[in-house]
Amino acid sequence: MKFSGLRVLKEGLTGNRGWTPHWRDPEPKAEYDAVIIGGGGHGLATAYYLASNHGMTNIAVLEKGYIGSGNIGRNTTIVRANYFLPGNSEFYSHSLKLWEGLEQDLNYNVMHSRRGLINLFHSDGQRDAFVRRGNAMLNQGDDAVLLDREGVRKYLPYLDFDNLRFPVYGGLLHPRGGSARHDAVAWGYARGADQRGVDLVQNCEVTGIDIERGVVKGVQTTRGAIRARKVAIVTAGRSGQVAAMAGMRLPIESHVLQAFVTEGLKPVIDHVVSFGMGHFYISQSDKGGLVFGGDLDFYASYAQRGNLPMAEHVMEAGMTLMPMIGKAKVLRSWGGIMDMTPDGSPIIDRTDTEGLFIDCGWCYGGFKAVPASGVALAHLMATGQSHEIAAGFRLDRFRTGRGIIDEEGTGSQHNLH
Amino acid sequence: MRVDDKGLIDRSRPVRFQFDTIGYSGFEGDTVASALLANGQRLMGRSFKYHRPRGVLTAGSEEPNALVTVGRGAAQEPNVRATVQEIHSGLDVRSQNAWPSLKTDVMSLNDLAWPFLGAGFYYKTFMWPKAFWEKLYEPVIRRAAGLGALSGRHNRDKYERAYAFCDLLIIGAGPAGLMAALVAGRAGVDVLVVDEDRVMGGRLNAETYVIDAEPGSAWAAAVVAELQGMANVRLMTRTTVTGAYDQGTYAALERVSSHLPERADGAPLETFWRIVARRAILASGALERPVAFADNDRPGIMMAGAVRAYLNRWGVAPGQRVAVFGNNDDAHRTATDLVEAGVEVAGLIDSRPGAQVTGTGFPVYTSSVVAGSTGRHGLTGIAVQGPNGHHRVEADCLAMSGGWNPTVHLTCHMNGRPTWREDIAGFVPTPGSVPGLVAAGACNGDFSTAACLAAGSAAAKAVVKDLGGKTTRVSLPDAEDKAYQIAPLWAVPGKGRAWLDFQNDVTVKDVKQAATENFRSVEHMKRYTTQGMATDQGKNSNVAALAVLADATGRAIPETGTTTFRPPYTPVSIAAMGAGAQGAGFAPQRYTTSHAVSVEMGAPMIEAGLWYRPGYFPRKGETTWRQACDREVEYVREAVGVCDVSTLGKIDIQGPDAAAFLDFVYTNTFSTLKVGRVRYGLMLREDGHVMDDGTTARLGEQHFVMTTTTAAAGNVMRHLEFVHQVLRPEFDVRFTSVTEQWAQFAVAGPRSRELLNDILDAPIDKDSWPFMACGETSVAGIAGRLFRISFSGEHAYEVALPSRYGESLFRLLVKRAESLSGGAYGMEALNVLRIEKGHITHAEIHGRTTAFDIGFARMISTKKDCIGKTMAAREGMVDPMRERLVGLKPVGPVKQLTAGAHVFERGAAAIRENDRGYVTSVAFSPTLGHSIGLAFVRGGPERLGDVMRVVDHLRDIETDVEICAPVFVDPDGGRTRG
Amino acid sequence: MRLTCPLCGERDRREFYYQGDAVSLNRPSPEAGVDAWDDYVHLRDNPAGETRDMWQHEGGCGAWIVVTRNTVTHEVLGTALAGPAAGARI
Repeated sequence: MKFSGLRVLKEGLTGNRGWTPHWRDPEPKAEYDAVIIGGGGHGLATAYYLASNHGMTNIAVLEKGYIGSGNIGRNTTIVRANYFLPGNSEFYSHSLKLWEGLEQDLNYNVMHSRRGLINLFHSDGQRDAFVRRGNAMLNQGDDAVLLDREGVRKYLPYLDFDNLRFPVYGGLLHPRGGSARHDAVAWGYARGADQRGVDLVQNCEVTGIDIERGVVKGVQTTRGAIRARKVAIVTAGRSGQVAAMAGMRLPIESHVLQAFVTEGLKPVIDHVVSFGMGHFYISQSDKGGLVFGGDLDFYASYAQRGNLPMAEHVMEAGMTLMPMIGKAKVLRSWGGIMDMTPDGSPIIDRTDTEGLFIDCGWCYGGFKAVPASGVALAHLMATGQSHEIAAGFRLDRFRTGRGIIDEEGTGSQHNLH
Repeated sequence: MRVDDKGLIDRSRPVRFQFDTIGYSGFEGDTVASALLANGQRLMGRSFKYHRPRGVLTAGSEEPNALVTVGRGAAQEPNVRATVQEIHSGLDVRSQNAWPSLKTDVMSLNDLAWPFLGAGFYYKTFMWPKAFWEKLYEPVIRRAAGLGALSGRHNRDKYERAYAFCDLLIIGAGPAGLMAALVAGRAGVDVLVVDEDRVMGGRLNAETYVIDAEPGSAWAAAVVAELQGMANVRLMTRTTVTGAYDQGTYAALERVSSHLPERADGAPLETFWRIVARRAILASGALERPVAFADNDRPGIMMAGAVRAYLNRWGVAPGQRVAVFGNNDDAHRTATDLVEAGVEVAGLIDSRPGAQVTGTGFPVYTSSVVAGSTGRHGLTGIAVQGPNGHHRVEADCLAMSGGWNPTVHLTCHMNGRPTWREDIAGFVPTPGSVPGLVAAGACNGDFSTAACLAAGSAAAKAVVKDLGGKTTRVSLPDAEDKAYQIAPLWAVPGKGRAWLDFQNDVTVKDVKQAATENFRSVEHMKRYTTQGMATDQGKNSNVAALAVLADATGRAIPETGTTTFRPPYTPVSIAAMGAGAQGAGFAPQRYTTSHAVSVEMGAPMIEAGLWYRPGYFPRKGETTWRQACDREVEYVREAVGVCDVSTLGKIDIQGPDAAAFLDFVYTNTFSTLKVGRVRYGLMLREDGHVMDDGTTARLGEQHFVMTTTTAAAGNVMRHLEFVHQVLRPEFDVRFTSVTEQWAQFAVAGPRSRELLNDILDAPIDKDSWPFMACGETSVAGIAGRLFRISFSGEHAYEVALPSRYGESLFRLLVKRAESLSGGAYGMEALNVLRIEKGHITHAEIHGRTTAFDIGFARMISTKKDCIGKTMAAREGMVDPMRERLVGLKPVGPVKQLTAGAHVFERGAAAIRENDRGYVTSVAFSPTLGHSIGLAFVRGGPERLGDVMRVVDHLRDIETDVEICAPVFVDPDGGRTRG
Repeated sequence: MRLTCPLCGERDRREFYYQGDAVSLNRPSPEAGVDAWDDYVHLRDNPAGETRDMWQHEGGCGAWIVVTRNTVTHEVLGTALAGPAAGARI
């Protein structure tokens, strides 16, 4: 079924009786050409691009719970391409380009909205760092505009320019930055993959990875054994446990990141605003809720929930930066499991086991990466070669010290990125 | 309208307030909702999507319909529950999400278009033409969405945060909570009782229950009075426990002043509490749930328990002719209470075939359901469908009850999943879901008053015993103990739209459509339909929606699963949770001892981490910062300058193994440093990158003072403790941060010794204080320290006295410097001086650079291990083609350099593929008369003498530069040593 | 979240700094080789369940503490000073 305004109209006039499942619920087959462990954004996108870019349709996505139940369904939906280190720049730049055609590509409205992202800076040193970043973005062909204090005031007149503990010196505007409807991204990729013949198997937990003489043979699951010549681990915060099934230890520590949404409000924040001094970022959803967050809780956790100290710190940052949001009420708080790497950048690579691939380490920035991660991992799985946009995301870079991509500059302590 | 002789309101104290600019009156004790109902005002809001007219549904914080905006200007607060907000004189209430008026809302046209606006319709359309989403559709949707509006003005109200500690936290002061408090209180336990309402008692205040032969509300009041007399019991009203967190931590929001016309002096509007409790008893009661039937959302249709609450608690009859519809015996009391109060009951409709109805004075319809309703802005009648077909019943209020849901929410905050109980058709807490917390009473599925009292008592006894105390005998009072009889009824079949989630306009049809489209997981259904995502977070609707989904997918309810309740239980304002941070309160402010003097001298104070430091010291006639900066640089290069460097971290290190310890944390060797000498040290992280740098002075055989950069002071202190306690516990060494204990000033320039000899008690000379010497000194008899070190590259010292003398010393030094043709210099000049000298700061050691990159590879001693040494030797860390530190000098017509610009080969396009590096620091060097810069360039030291291109796209500046060594002034250090 | 400092008693999480897995107690020798160092600095067991990690009572006595904790439930099973765990002579 093709979705369109016309279809909505037609169904509305005929009692909405013609809608069909967005995807099937197939029984897993005994064998596939490739199996993707993890039905989150990255896994679903990988399946979609394996089918659409490489014609591999005899594949399955195995999901422990329901599709889209991981971080794709619990993030703060920011889409941007404002990285400054080689390795990241080309990847996120490519991802943003994919976002810009995603609705039409998937025939699903993921509500990608380029409303502009503004990173504020609060000292001369921070300005220099953001200038370096902005120039890297322009070198890459993306967009960036340097705003001085008055420039920021034009965009964000509601900031507290007079009393802020760390005064606003200016900001780096990324006009193409913005947001999207996170669940719809998972569903759009799921539907697209399903339409191309991919089996999406929900409630199917992988319990083992079958390896013979260094070659992957398939997986064991709660719904039986499945043979596959190629297996990809795309399990984000749970990567450690799944990789352990293949005898691997990963450079990953899983941490909790909280996020918050307020009750619905009439439009008041039109951009994505990021306040580096307070580790605070905020945007407003189309439904009207202020969606915001801050830093990790800082302790390793799989609980998908956090504690008050960081929650309060996030509110504090909001109150000092834009005290007009004080009377907005937090409706819900939640947490996601972040697969933190020693340099804050991801891994898309083969492993020492032939046929076994891994895509992980997205830290707290995986949402915007979904399209390009899917393209890159699909390319690697189908061709055996790293995609040029993800050539830097190597698993061995920590061991060799070559090509470390540390945007924060905080080094190998996982939780500091 | 009011009913005589009922309610806990004070009829001797009328209160005037406004709703949509019309004046109303109520009584003290009224909420906005009860007062409006008393005035016959049923329409109070509009729904989110279809803008359906809505009245009040509940009598509590779970209200999904009657959300209003309170206050004006900066005090404007959107999305206030009319059912919670107490009225006070002058209260200004407005309806929201309706235009031009609540009664005539243009957006209610959406309701006519409902066939096209079903579950998830927006995922299927608005995709063509491509550009229209951002330009047209989204802006229109955004404007239509949202509930109330923020004022857009800075918050001006006071909010607070506080901590509380107790042995036993009792959440909810209904019969179970009060009984628990009584038992624990009498046993002497440190008890904190928290209740959301203004008056304790819970449902006892809303029902006509009798306890020990007196009204339930009177029993509650008597218990509260006794508890108030106990020193070990604290009672908090108007306080909602909003979250359960680890190790017995709970969040709570206290509404301190929102019910008052005038705020007491200094009192906050709200206080956000962090409560730490050894044990907790959850006695949060239960919430009644609606029944889905066609058009069940009209103003006048409300929960049966709410109707009783308005009647018994506030003396308000929500209608003149009230019908009652339920699937359980509890609903029947609504009819009897109303009849007793003299309100006409149009009929009692019970869906159960064999329902036993006591009470008289109203028609009874068993085996019957309400299948529809009429009335545009308020209910006029209902369609009753029974064994004998349809018939219409005229009514202006319908009290409905689909049964009660235990308020399990807090037990789910730590990932607990509730357990389904078939007999009550509801979820109850799973024991152990929150460590240290037990549920008692209605929130645990015990619905009779007697059962609640017994459960509260038992829970308290267990806690007292657990805490090692002893309970005295507390007898249970007599109370009703009627068994709860219910037959599940979630949705009445039939045509038309039957609402589940009232605010978000999610109907039974929507849930069924979601199931058809394979959004069969309860989480998928929620996210696809927005069921349960409104401001009540599904408190009213989740269980029924789950049941409808279970039915649509052919599963049982427990098998279908639940979505997750997460904090907060009721929404909490950002201002309360972030109280104290507005303005400068966000972070501590650290001031040096010279701060006041610097401000006096007109210096702009700039943030340096948490510190404030002077940017420059302007002189009369200077119009730009550059003029001041150039002058101050000249002081240092030509005469003498004075600068406060106290913000640098200072760590006192003592012990027999102090030297060995330093050898391990620094790349270079300190054990060979002589007493009375200073050495520059480089510190790595264990991953081989540069962590920090600074000088360390050896004041004695076992005594060192380390300086760190301002930014890294805390990190380094923590790192030293880590290395000592965790990696080298055998070392006998101790550290103390002495940053605040010493005021330290750089005295730099060719005349620095001359200045010092003017003020030091014992003069110094070339031999007694050579370059890198240190030791004790004194100024005006005050013992201090003197270091011959230089960040500026000049002949320089740093003199330190105990902080209390800092201001005087700074005044003295500046005065003397001025008499020697010098003066104070600030951060701008400091930065220029260090760039001229090629000294690095965190602009260069930004966490990604190695000793190799900054040209200090040889500082890593080959003779010993140190933190970071092994990882610094990885192949990728010493690749000559890494980006390495160099200096830049402009050589073309453009002379301007900017930090953050990138470096390219001449002739190459300025794109990422050709990127060769970036500029970290720039300055105009008054000493050299042109701009200079520091940069990291691929293979840097191998490019000396090459001309490259520096491009700043953002500022549209391109500059040809010569790559040079990163030391521009006095490369062989003659001036420093001089 | 609350932790018990072995020296100061039970305190709010706000007083503590978290560093990471207690693998950092076992620093390899400089000659241990690339794999050992990669293990130490980068690779983690990252268990979903019981773990030991390093915290500092930074806002208190400054002690580095080994906390035994459950990463799924956040239950704290025990705390001990890092010094003795690392072999300090007390």
